[in-house]
Amino acid sequence: MNPTLSFFYFLSFLTVLSALMVILSKNPIHSVLYLILTFFTLSGHYILLNAQFLAAVNIIVYAGAIMVLFLFVIMFLNVKDIHEESKNSLTKIAAAIVGGTVFVILFGAYRKTIIAPADPNTFDSQVGMIESLGKLLFREYLLPFELASILLLVAMVGAVMLGKREIGERHF
Amino acid sequence: MELTEFIIKTITILVVFVLTLVIAMYSTWGERKVAGFIQDRMGPNRAGPGGLLQPLADAGKMFFKEDFIPALANKWLFISGPSLAMLTALLASAVIPFGSTFRYGGVEVVLQGVESNIGILYVFGVVALGVYGIMIGGWASNNKFSLLGAIRAASQNISYEVAMGLSLIAILMMSSSLSLGDIVAQQHGGNWNIFYQPLGFIIFLTCSFAECNRVPFDLPECETELVGGYHTEYGSMKLGFYLFAEYINMFVSSAIISVLYFGGYNYPGMDWVYNQLTASLGTTTGHNIATLIGTGVFFGKALFFIFFYMWVRWTLPRFRYDQLMNLGWKKLIPLAIFNIIITGASVLFLKPFITALLK
Repeated sequence: MNPTLSFFYFLSFLTVLSALMVILSKNPIHSVLYLILTFFTLSGHYILLNAQFLAAVNIIVYAGAIMVLFLFVIMFLNVKDIHEESKNSLTKIAAAIVGGTVFVILFGAYRKTIIAPADPNTFDSQVGMIESLGKLLFREYLLPFELASILLLVAMVGAVMLGKREIGERHF
Repeated sequence: MELTEFIIKTITILVVFVLTLVIAMYSTWGERKVAGFIQDRMGPNRAGPGGLLQPLADAGKMFFKEDFIPALANKWLFISGPSLAMLTALLASAVIPFGSTFRYGGVEVVLQGVESNIGILYVFGVVALGVYGIMIGGWASNNKFSLLGAIRAASQNISYEVAMGLSLIAILMMSSSLSLGDIVAQQHGGNWNIFYQPLGFIIFLTCSFAECNRVPFDLPECETELVGGYHTEYGSMKLGFYLFAEYINMFVSSAIISVLYFGGYNYPGMDWVYNQLTASLGTTTGHNIATLIGTGVFFGKALFFIFFYMWVRWTLPRFRYDQLMNLGWKKLIPLAIFNIIITGASVLFLKPFITALLK
């Protein structure tokens, strides 16, 4: 087995394990930390695919910003106390049925998909590098890129509007 | 061939690692000496000549103190907090270019841990992860003051990261590369970015003060409000790791500042020195000595910025927390966006005009 393949299996094992630990661990803080670990292993997969930019951005955006906010909220809310009582057996059974159904559907769908094999002669290993990604984004996909940025700007303005203190509201 | 490359890389990374640790270690000594100088006293002078063995004495003391974990603390996370702080602090030094190349037996060795085409993004990602060490440690202590201190430190860090990233974008627009090696190479010949990006430099410097939790942004530690901040419950070497991580961060950010804005290992008259050395000593030895001089210049710049951190610490008073947030969100971010627009306009309109004028 070549080193890349064994590394891939190791990373995949780690990814699945930490993803499972996200839902299996009792403490919500531990869940968040395992989720961060999952993002790291996913970044490892991106690096194996030679998509370094995607790996770095995944770390910066998800692990660096969004998960920090998750941690903030969970640390402040102290979810542990409310958590236990809402878990009666009916919700457990319902969750198991829904999750199992999704799993079966996904498994069936993935089993039938045919992944086009990469041709080693025309395969370009530099396709995931930032230069080619930038050229693609700013030439062929310029309009969707700009639209996405406008969407994000609107979302940001909305967040500021929601967070803004109204006139006459109490200053705590 | 692959094995020699591997060994060379391993040695380079080890050297970078050790250098970072040693410089951070002696920054603690330097900080006290600078403080002593500014406050007109001697500073440490008992351990060794001029107090040079003081860092070792401190480390020895830290290691032999009782390693205490509070009864209700989350044990694993309590231990992993300072470890993560150290880890993320040390990771960033991997991509810093310390010099150009060494020639030995026909092999060129780059004085950089890892040359990556996303170098600056990597640094940014690692800096963003620095929050976790603080937050996990603060939460795992199971102490209200620790938690509040951790939240404060983390919110300060993520607020200033935004302005920091925006001020970096202006540099990236000029260099059109994310690789730190390329950014340094483009500043060859006195073409330092500080001359083109004075505003960006000031924003970046302010943000790096805030990221390192240094005065005037050392709000996470506040005796009157938060006892000791996020490391209230920590003692012995775990506390030492938190404090040490701050000094490593200081060195890394000084190195990044000198790479991004002050030309890294470039210095005025570099080509003349290089030609003289290669003419008199041959292309191998002369090249190596020129590289060594460049590396020395780089460390000179980095050490100057470490000194600057200390200088500010012992000169300025601190901000209040609302002032800090106002500065970050309402002043620095708009300024950084303004800087991006100016840079974009200059690259688009002014640069062709000036190049046409110079022809």
